[in-house]
Amino acid sequence: MNRRAFLKGAAAATGLAAAGPAAAVAAPDGPKPRRELATLLDLSRCIGCGACVEACREANDHKKPEPKKPFPAMIPKRVKVEDWSERRDVDDRLTPYNWLYVQDFEVEHDGETVELHMPRRCMHCVNPPCANLCPWGAAYKEDDGAVRINDEICLGGAKCRSVCPWDIPQRQTGVGLYLDLLPSMAGNGVMYKCDRCLGRTDKGELPACIEACPMDVQQIGPRDEIVRKAHELAESMNGYIYGETENGGTNTIYVSPVPFEKLAATFTPGPGRPGLGPVADAMADETTLAAALATAPLAGLAAGLLTVARGVARDLKDDGEGK
Amino acid sequence: MRELSCGRTAKWAWGLAIAALAVSGFGQMPIFKRYYIADVPGLGWTADFYFTHKLHYAAGAVLLFVAFCALARYLKGRQAGRTSRRLTPMGWARVLVLAGLVATGAVRVIKNLPGHHFGRELTMAIDWAHLALALAFLILILVARIMRRPYARGA
Repeated sequence: MNRRAFLKGAAAATGLAAAGPAAAVAAPDGPKPRRELATLLDLSRCIGCGACVEACREANDHKKPEPKKPFPAMIPKRVKVEDWSERRDVDDRLTPYNWLYVQDFEVEHDGETVELHMPRRCMHCVNPPCANLCPWGAAYKEDDGAVRINDEICLGGAKCRSVCPWDIPQRQTGVGLYLDLLPSMAGNGVMYKCDRCLGRTDKGELPACIEACPMDVQQIGPRDEIVRKAHELAESMNGYIYGETENGGTNTIYVSPVPFEKLAATFTPGPGRPGLGPVADAMADETTLAAALATAPLAGLAAGLLTVARGVARDLKDDGEGK
Repeated sequence: MRELSCGRTAKWAWGLAIAALAVSGFGQMPIFKRYYIADVPGLGWTADFYFTHKLHYAAGAVLLFVAFCALARYLKGRQAGRTSRRLTPMGWARVLVLAGLVATGAVRVIKNLPGHHFGRELTMAIDWAHLALALAFLILILVARIMRRPYARGA
């Protein structure tokens, strides 16, 4: 019995099928789930074996870029190519070929040295700035909460990485639509990141990293249930939560026995190595401004009618401005 | 054309809003840094995607205010028999393209609100339509200026 069958059987046996991890994703031939799904990662269980990383690579290998070389000469020359095709084995950071890595920590907490391992990948934000600010419609969010990049149209401008609070998407030059448009003058490849296993979840399968984990570090389910479980888990271990409220909320929620501030203090975030600090809602100002946009037409109509009522229209006609 | 505007201040506001929308709109594409424009002293903000995005929203609000103010005055003026001006084909083209821009822009704003998303195809369609309409709008402005085609006729 494979892991998934075991999980389904166990869930059914306990009457928890609806809440089980396999049941959270779509049935094999059923419609895509419309409920927003989130993942819960219990860091106290992770042993850093890397099975999730291997499973991710294997499951998504067919999506990885095969760039055409030599790359187009970039105009202007300040535009740097980003080529990971000769370094596909790198697994200690995010790259176009490595969408998940395990970050290791050793910190002092409550008088003890604690070793923790943390699978790092896209946070799949509830209101993702990468999808909201992509000017080309390449980044988008699915009904099930996964945030994805359409590699058929992505031009590799890397704006998604610039606006991502965790700098998650990674670029590979020499692949994608830009080669057919203005390869030297616009675009620079395609952006890649975790798509939460498109091709598996839409067939009712679990994301590969969840299925492969021997320690049941991850579980997936409706976001409200996952948030509830995260709080229960954090309470049970006197632990801490990351991802529930960061950037207005994400669909990747970590629970750790050690404060995330302590984990964040052990390293400097860098390219392909996302930080762990507090993150404000990147789209909060736009949400406020949307109210101004909604009221502007009504205010304009009112102002127009008001000026007419005050006789401004008659004045304008009299002074011959309409000529 | 003044019946179609909403006063002198609004005319300036309209022009500034169009200019801000054009700059901040193109600023949504990662081109200002690539092509050294953001390196010009005082123009560093053009490479700040969040700033230009918010500027686009704010300028959009100004444009909507002025457009609907002008619409109210025009309709009221016609109702009162104070104007018989009619849009030319160029004027209609401009109004229709602007309406398309406002519609696709509104959909994008809705998409960016918490709890809203449109999936792969619709996201792409809306973004491409907004971009194409923006280019069409700027082309119409240029054509009207160069060929001296009025947007409206009549007394």
